[in-house]
Formats: sequence, C-alpha cells, structure tokens
Amino acid sequence: MTVASASTSYYERRGLLGTLGRDGLLQIILVANTIIMLAPIVIMVFSAFKTTPQIFQSPFSIPDFTNIENFVKIWTQTNFLRYLLNSFLVTGASMVLILTLGTMAAYAIGRYQFTGSTFILMFFLAGLTLPLKLAIIPLFMLMRDLSILNNQLSLIFVYTAMGLPTTVFIMTGFIRTLPSELEDAARMDGASEARIMWSIMLPLVRPAMVIAGIQNVVPIWNDFFFPLVFIQNDDLKTLPQGLTTFMGEYTTDWGVLFSGLTLSAAPIILIYIVLSRQFIAGMTSGAVK
Amino acid sequence: MPQLRMTGRGLWITVLIVPPLVFVALFIVYPIISAFAYAFFDWQGLRRGAFVGFENFHTVLFVEPYRSWTINAFSHNVIVFFALMVLQNGVGFIMAYALWRELPGARFHRIAVFLPVVLSTIIVAYLFKLFLHPLFGVVNISLRGIGLDWLAQPWLGQSSTALWSLIIAQAWHMVGFPTLVFLAGMQRIPGEILDAVRMETESEWVKISRIVWPLVAPSATIVFTLLFVGAFNWFELPYIMAGLDGSPYGSTDVLGLYFYRTAFGNVSSGQQDFGLGSALAVLIFIFIAAVATVITVRLRAREIQV
Repeated sequence: MTVASASTSYYERRGLLGTLGRDGLLQIILVANTIIMLAPIVIMVFSAFKTTPQIFQSPFSIPDFTNIENFVKIWTQTNFLRYLLNSFLVTGASMVLILTLGTMAAYAIGRYQFTGSTFILMFFLAGLTLPLKLAIIPLFMLMRDLSILNNQLSLIFVYTAMGLPTTVFIMTGFIRTLPSELEDAARMDGASEARIMWSIMLPLVRPAMVIAGIQNVVPIWNDFFFPLVFIQNDDLKTLPQGLTTFMGEYTTDWGVLFSGLTLSAAPIILIYIVLSRQFIAGMTSGAVK
Repeated sequence: MPQLRMTGRGLWITVLIVPPLVFVALFIVYPIISAFAYAFFDWQGLRRGAFVGFENFHTVLFVEPYRSWTINAFSHNVIVFFALMVLQNGVGFIMAYALWRELPGARFHRIAVFLPVVLSTIIVAYLFKLFLHPLFGVVNISLRGIGLDWLAQPWLGQSSTALWSLIIAQAWHMVGFPTLVFLAGMQRIPGEILDAVRMETESEWVKISRIVWPLVAPSATIVFTLLFVGAFNWFELPYIMAGLDGSPYGSTDVLGLYFYRTAFGNVSSGQQDFGLGSALAVLIFIFIAAVATVITVRLRAREIQV
C-alpha cells in the first residue's frame, strides 16, 4: 500500500477526457465486478427475511427485516446452535494448538543453531502445497486405530497438523528478523531460556501470530471435508457439515434455507468487514512473497 | 559448566521442537507415506489383504469401466483448470490492474472482491444451487423477467451446462484471491520504472505486457500453482452442487469425487475399495507434485530472464 501511494502521482493528471477514457473504463469494470460479487450475498440476506412464495415472486425486492420467523425456526427447531458451538470448539482448540506449537517450533528453529535445524524446517514445510485430502484413507485408518473416529479430537489433530507448516514458515521468517540484543542482555542477567522466550520474544512475535492465525482460522472454520469423513454423530457436526443435513431437511422451505445460509455466513462476514485489512494480509501472506 | 549449559539448552530445544514435530509426523507425513503403501495391497473393506503390486494402478488406468471413469474425471479437471485460468486468474489480473489505480472507491471495491473468498465453499455451493434452480432459481426468474425465456435452462440438470455452472460458481468464490495477490505484486513495482515507461509510451497495452506483467511474474507463479493444485483436488463444490456421482450422467465428475466415491463408496453403489482409492490418490498426488514443480521451475526461470 505504501508503494501505491508513490505511484499515484503518475496518474494524477485527471483531465476530463483522460478520466472518461482510461480510468472511466476501469471504474466501470470495478463497479460491475463489485455488483457481481455482492449481489448473490445481498439476495441471500434478503431472501432470508422472506417467505417461500415471496422469494419466488419477487426475488430482488427489499424484504421486511422485522420478519425473523425463518431465523426463529432455525434457532429453535434445528441443531444449528449445536453445529455453531461445535465449530467454535474445534476451531478454537485447533487455533490454540497451532499457535502454541507453531511458535515453539519456529522459535527453536529461528533462534537457536543446532544440528538438523534446516532439516527440521524442511520437514515442517514438506507437503505445504500437497493436498492432505488425498491421504484421507490412511488418515481415516489412523483415526480409527487411535479410537477417535466420530470424535472432535480427530478434527482438532488434523487441523493442527495442517496449520503447522504455514505457521512455522511465517513465524520462523519473522523471528529471524528480530534483533538478538535484547535476549543477549537478558541472558547476561541470568534469565532462563524459557523466561527469555516468554517475557521478551513472545510479545514481539505477536504480529506474526495474528497473520498466521488468520491464515489458518478461515480454512479450518470453513472446512467440510474432514468432518464429512470423520464425524457421523449429528451432535458432533461442525457448521459447514451440519448445513448439509439442514439443507436436506428443508428442501421446500426456501426462506429457511436462505436464512440458514445467511446465519452460517454472518459470523465470518462480520469479522471480515471489521478486520478486512488483517484478513486480506493474513490470507494472502503465503502467496505474497 | 559450559557443558551443563549446553545440555540444558539441548533439552530446552527438544521440548520446543518435539511436540509440533510429532503432530506433523503423525498426521501429515505418515498418512502421505501410507497412502503410497496402501495402493499396493488388496483391501477387503477396512482390512488389508494380500500384496498385489501394481494391480490397483493397472485397474484404474487400463481396466474398464475404471479406465473410462478415470479419463472422464481427469478430462473434466483439465477443463476446469483452463477455464479457471481464464475466468479466475484472468479476471483477477484485470481487477488487480483496475484496483491498482487507486480510483475513487478502490478501498471499498477491494473489500468487496475478497468478500466471497472468506465464505465457506459449502455456503457458496448451496447459494448457487438455489440460484440455478430450473423453476424457482433467481437466474431463470430474471431471464424470464427480461423476456429471454429461451435462455432459461435447467443449468445443473443437463450435461451441456452443468460443469460450466460449477466453474462459474467457483470463479465467483475465488476471484478475489488472485486479484489481491496480483495487486500486491503490482504495488511492489518501483515508481521510477513506471515513470520511465511513461516517457516511452502512452499505450496501455505496451505498459501492461512489457512492464507490469513481467514484474508481477512471481505472483503469477504462485497463483498458477495454487490454482493448479486446487483444480485437481476440487471436491466440495461439485459434491454439493452435483452430488457424489457427478450428475447428470457423470458430466461433472472430477478426480476428487471419483476418488472419494471409490474409497468410501456411495449410496447407490455401496462399493468401497481402499486399494483402488489409494492408487487413484497416489496417481493424483504424483501428477500434482510433478506439474506443480514444472510450473514453478519453468516460470521461475522465465522470471530471471525478464
């Protein structure tokens, strides 16, 4: 963003003709694209407040937002709340593990020189782009052998393992950029290694933890594939997986279907709108290098 | 004393490194290696039978009907990849270029283009499934509304349009990702270079093809590789929109669905074969790894030349 401001000077001559010719065309493209991006979401939210006949007769009309009958139905008559809590539980536990273990590994690799540290970093980075989905058969068997099939631990463990490579990658790079004077001084004063890490380094690596956190929280919150394979019990289903059950039950009541989708999308849309800058930085950070 | 301190530090490093290492070893490395081993055995449900060498690979590649299924699914993945290359990455590049100008409202447009990316694929899939409903979907209602009744189709119900409907939904979902990666690449182009080009030419095309495009090549490499990997293990969106069988008549079958169906069975066939499934997984794995490596190496080499 900083470089962009430097380059704007180049585009500053905005004569009427120039504006209409070049930037005007680009502006039209931008507006058209934004409409295409937002329209489905707006229609989804509108439809959530309508009855089924209203959806069919006037799909684009602005609804009566006080009519929350569909949402009440979902909240009281389905397992939606359970799915939501399950998603919070699984995502939360995975994130705690990812950030704790990821910081530990990154700190060890980035801060100490020891034999095999490069190899260990490579080990963490192995399979960074290879889809773990394709190893689902052995994973299924492994979970069965560990007796955690149909148990949320299976999800938490897989998500943690999946999140570690990117976390270790991002955080090792970040930790290596930190100056070592502070810890050397603390070491002189006789502080233990654990204390140095906890009191001195940890506060400094927080920005990298936020990036790594966002990069992992979205795919984990949204994941559908691993619950599909590991979880059978309806009471243990996560939100994306529960949504399939739910959509199957209400095939004819479109108002309820749309409010189910809206309700599922709402938490992440709201957080995204509030924290869009961090989200964009977090989710594209692996690719922007 | 130094000796003691060394062991102390060694122990500390071990404490830090072993727990994360165990997770990665147990839940990533071990399953991936096992996936290769599993493919060489005959499986009876969850029980491993005899060692059969390359028989599973032979079956999925050369024995009917598996051969036709494999080719059918693979060819769809190829179509998906090239279509998304144009729709998702191509549009993404144009959008990035437009956003780069920092025109009025750019901030808002940037937030909007990335919004669908944060949504769960499942939500996107159901949303488009409802929109594309032949009678009540908003797409056909609008087409009839503006007098284009002949254009209204059962989009997901006929072979000619089903796969393309899925591709459009996927492109809508993910176009924000390449957009922002390209945009970040463009923002790193030094201002002096742009000024120099301004002296040389007024042509927008020359500027894009000679300057912007070569300089965002690193972003392009990453975006292409991720799209490739994503296109060849595409699963969730087709699973919801087209079903596990890739309906209608396998016209939307892709490797991800085919692999899952072979490994875990489906309601209609009930057959479950871990051996054949593992063989498929290994083949897809090797294919993705090989092509991703080639893309990276070839494009990286070009970057250096430029």
